[in-house]
Amino acid sequence: MDVRTLIFLVGVIGLSFYFLGRYRIVTQSAQAVQRPHSLLHYYGLYPFFLAIIPSCFIIAIMQVADGFVLSILIEQYLPADIRGGDEFNKTITLSRIENIASGVIFGSPEDWLIAAANKWLIWSERAQLTTTILAISSSILLGSYAYMKVNPGFRSRNAVEQIILVMMMFCSGVAILTTIGIIFSVIFESLRFFALVSPMEFLMGLTWNPQFEGAERAGSGQEGLATYGSVPLFAGTFLISAIALTVAVPVGLMAAIYLSEYASPRIRATVKPLMEILAGIPTVVYGFFAALTVAPLVRGAGESIGLTVASESALAAGLVMGIMIIPFVSSLSDDVINAVPQSLRDAALGLGSTRSEMTKQVVLPAALPGIVASVLLAVSRAVGETMIVVMAAGLAANLSANPLDAVTTVTAQIVTILVGDQEFESAKTLSAFALALTLIVITLVLNLIALQIVKKYREQYD
Amino acid sequence: MTNTPDNAPKSAILSPQDAEARVRASMATRRNRETRFRMWGIAAIALSMCFLVTLFGTIMSKGIPGFFQYYVTLDVTLDRERLDPAGDLSDQSLFDGDARGLVRDALFSTLQVSGRSNRKAAGKLISLGSDERLRDYVRTHPEQLDSEQSLKFALDDDVDSFLRGFISRDTPESDRRINDKAIGFIDQLQEAGLISYEISDYLFFGSASRNAEMAGIKGAFIGSILTLAVCLSLAFPIGIASALYLEEFAPKNRLTEIIEININNLAAVPSVVFGILGLAIFINIFGLPRSIPLIGGMVLALMTLPTIIISSRAAIRAVPPSIRDGALGIGASKMQTTFHHVLPLALPGMLTGTIIGMAQALGETAPLLMIGMVAFIVDIPGSITDPGTVLPVQIFMWADFAERMFIQKTSSAIMVLLAFLVVMNSFAVWLRKKLERRW
Repeated sequence: MDVRTLIFLVGVIGLSFYFLGRYRIVTQSAQAVQRPHSLLHYYGLYPFFLAIIPSCFIIAIMQVADGFVLSILIEQYLPADIRGGDEFNKTITLSRIENIASGVIFGSPEDWLIAAANKWLIWSERAQLTTTILAISSSILLGSYAYMKVNPGFRSRNAVEQIILVMMMFCSGVAILTTIGIIFSVIFESLRFFALVSPMEFLMGLTWNPQFEGAERAGSGQEGLATYGSVPLFAGTFLISAIALTVAVPVGLMAAIYLSEYASPRIRATVKPLMEILAGIPTVVYGFFAALTVAPLVRGAGESIGLTVASESALAAGLVMGIMIIPFVSSLSDDVINAVPQSLRDAALGLGSTRSEMTKQVVLPAALPGIVASVLLAVSRAVGETMIVVMAAGLAANLSANPLDAVTTVTAQIVTILVGDQEFESAKTLSAFALALTLIVITLVLNLIALQIVKKYREQYD
Repeated sequence: MTNTPDNAPKSAILSPQDAEARVRASMATRRNRETRFRMWGIAAIALSMCFLVTLFGTIMSKGIPGFFQYYVTLDVTLDRERLDPAGDLSDQSLFDGDARGLVRDALFSTLQVSGRSNRKAAGKLISLGSDERLRDYVRTHPEQLDSEQSLKFALDDDVDSFLRGFISRDTPESDRRINDKAIGFIDQLQEAGLISYEISDYLFFGSASRNAEMAGIKGAFIGSILTLAVCLSLAFPIGIASALYLEEFAPKNRLTEIIEININNLAAVPSVVFGILGLAIFINIFGLPRSIPLIGGMVLALMTLPTIIISSRAAIRAVPPSIRDGALGIGASKMQTTFHHVLPLALPGMLTGTIIGMAQALGETAPLLMIGMVAFIVDIPGSITDPGTVLPVQIFMWADFAERMFIQKTSSAIMVLLAFLVVMNSFAVWLRKKLERRW
C-alpha cells in the first residue's frame, strides 16, 4: 500500500475511534447515571490521538529507514570487486539497481544487476507490507486500548492534555534538532576533508584551486594539483563586505538619526516602510541588478577614467550588497537611538546645544554600543549573503585588495561546488562543508558578540 | 554645551556680556553645522530612496516590455491528412503529422519565397514552438480541420530583438545574429501588417525553455506554490506550538534557555547553510530525491521557523494576563486557557509573522540551489514529489542566459515575484491593522 492511502486509512481509523469513544462515554454515563469527569469530546480525542500519532511516526521512520536497510541488504548481491571497492562505485551501482528496479533501464545491464534489482523489488515490497501491517495494527491496538479505558471515571482531559503537551515539547525541540543537524552535517564532512587536506593548508594557504581534482582521480600520476588555501576566499568575502559596509553604515546611520531626531511623525511613517522595502526584496533580484546594471556601469565609469576594471568587480557586488543592508543598519540603529532616554536629550537641549550637537555629543555616545551591535549584525549578514556574489562576483580566487578586481567569496564557492552533480568523496566536494563550517563559526561569533553588547546596553537604561 | 574658545584662560570668569558676545559670535558656525548635519540626514534618506527608485525603474523598464512579444499572423490550411494522419486526434498521431511543414508552407506562401536558401532563412523567422502551437489549436478546435484559419505564431527571439531595435541594421551582416535576407522578409511581413506586438502568452503559460521566445514561468510558479504550501504546513503548526510551549508551559530552566538561545542563533545562520543541511540530511542520509518541492519546503520551513517562533512569542506576550486569570478563575485548565483564549487573541500577530516568514521563503534562492532545484525541468510539477523549480531559481537561471530576450523575460519574472511579495506584505500589514487589538 502506498504512503498516501496508508495515511488516509490511519486517519479513517482514528476518526472512527473518535466517534466510538464518544459514543461509549455517552452510553456508559447514561447507564451508570454518573457524570463523566471530562467534557465528552475528550473521550473521543484520547483514542483518536493514540490511534494516529504512533502510526504516523512508524510510517515516517519506515519511509526514511527502508532505503538504508535495502542498500545494506542488497550489498551482498554485488560482485566482490565492487563490494570491496570504494564508496563511489558502490553508490553508483546501488543507484543503477534502483533505476532498474523502478523500470528505468539503460542499455543491457549485467545479469547480477538484474538479479539484484529483482531482490530490491521483492524487499521493497516486503518493507511496504511491514510498514502497512505495523502502522495499521498499532493504530487499531492502541486505539482499542484507549477505547477500553473510556469510562465516566477516567480522567480523559488530563490524558489528552498530557499528549498535547508532549507534542508541543517535541515541536519546540525541532529548533534544537535543526541546530544539531546543521552541526553534524557540517562537522562530519569537514572532518573527512581535514583528513585529506591539513587544516593548516586550509586556513593559511594562499591559493584556492580545487579544479584539478579530476586529473588526480584519473590516475595521471600528478598529485597535489588541487590546492585548498582558503585565505583568498576570506579576503574576497571581507573585501566585498567592507565595500558594502562603507555604503551601508553612513547612509543607514544618518537615515536613522534623521528619522528619529528630525523627521516629523508623518515623514517617519512614510519613509521607514519604504526603506524596509529594500530589505524585503529577494537577493536574487539584487544579484540580477548587480550583474546587469551596476557591473557594466562600474566598468564603464572606471574605463572612462583609464582604470582597468574586471567585468565582475568586487565593487559592483559590494555596492549592491551595501544597498541591501542599508535597512538593517538603519532599523537596528533607529531602535537603539530611540531607546536613549528622552531626559538626556532634554538636558542637552536645555543647556543650549543645537540638535546636531545634542545628537553627536549625547545621543550617539549613549547609543554607541547598540550601533556597534547593529553594524556587527550587518557584517554577519554581508558575510553570509549568497545570491548577489554568486551572480555578480567572479569565481576566480584572486588574493587582492583592489576593489576593481574580480574576487570570489566563501558563499559563492560553496554554491559553485555543491550545485549540480558532485563527485563523491572528493576533497573538492568536502571542501564546501569545511567552508560552511568556518562561515557558520564567523557569523555565530559576530552574532553572539552583537547580542551580548545589546544585552549589556539594555541593562544600562532599563 | 558651552563653546569655550581655546585662547581664553580657563580660570578667568567671563562677565555675562563677554559670554553673550562669544556665544553670539559662534552662533553662525553652529547654525551652519546644524544645517549641514540635517542635510546629511536628508541626503542619506534621499540616496536610499534613489536606490529604491533606480532598482524598481531598471526592473520595470526591462520587465514591462518583457510581458509583450511579437507575433506573426499566418493563414494556415489545416489539412487533415497532413496534421492528423491516423485520424484520431491522439497525441501520437498529431506528433507524427506534419504541423511544422504546414506552418512553414503558410509562411513561405505569404512571403512568396522559393529556393532552398531563401526558405531556410525564412524558416528561421518563426519560433521553434510553432508546430506545438498549431497542434494545440487543432486539439481544441477539431471542427476547423480542413479549413483555412488565420493563426498567430511567435517570432524567433532574434527577430523579436531586431524588431525592438536591439539589433541594428547598420551593423555589418556578419556581426548580427540575423542576416539581410531575414531582414528583408521581416520588412515584407511588416508592410503586409502581419506582425503584431501583444501580451506574451508564453510568459504566463509556457514552461522552462532554452528558446527565449517560448520560455515561461508557469512551471516555476506552480513549483513555488507547492514549495510554499509544504513550508507553510510544516512551519506554521510547529512554530505556533513551540511558541505556545515556550511562553505558556515551559519551566524556566536551563533547557528552555538553551532552546531560546538556539532559536535566536538559528535566525542568524546564513540561508545557504540551510541548503547544506537539506543536502546532507534529507538527500544524502534520508535518501529523498533531489529537486522536489517537498524537500524545498522542508528546508524553507526550518529556515522560517525562527522568524515565526519569535514573532508568535511576541504576540503571545502581548495578551494581557487578566485574560488568562479570567479563564483559569472560572475553571478552565491551563491547556484550555491557552487554546481557547490566548491562542485566538494572539493569532493575528502570529499570522502576520507567518506571512512575513512566507514572503522571505518565497524570495529565497540559495538553499534551493543546494538541493538541486536548479535543474532544467520542462514538465510542470503536479505534486510535491515531482521535480520542479521555483520562481527565484528560475530568475537565477534565466539571468545566466545570453539571449537579449531573456533579460526582458527575467525582469518580467522578477516583477511577478515582487508583485507577490508586495501582496503578501500588504496583506500582513492590513491584517495587523485590522485584527490586532491594543490592550
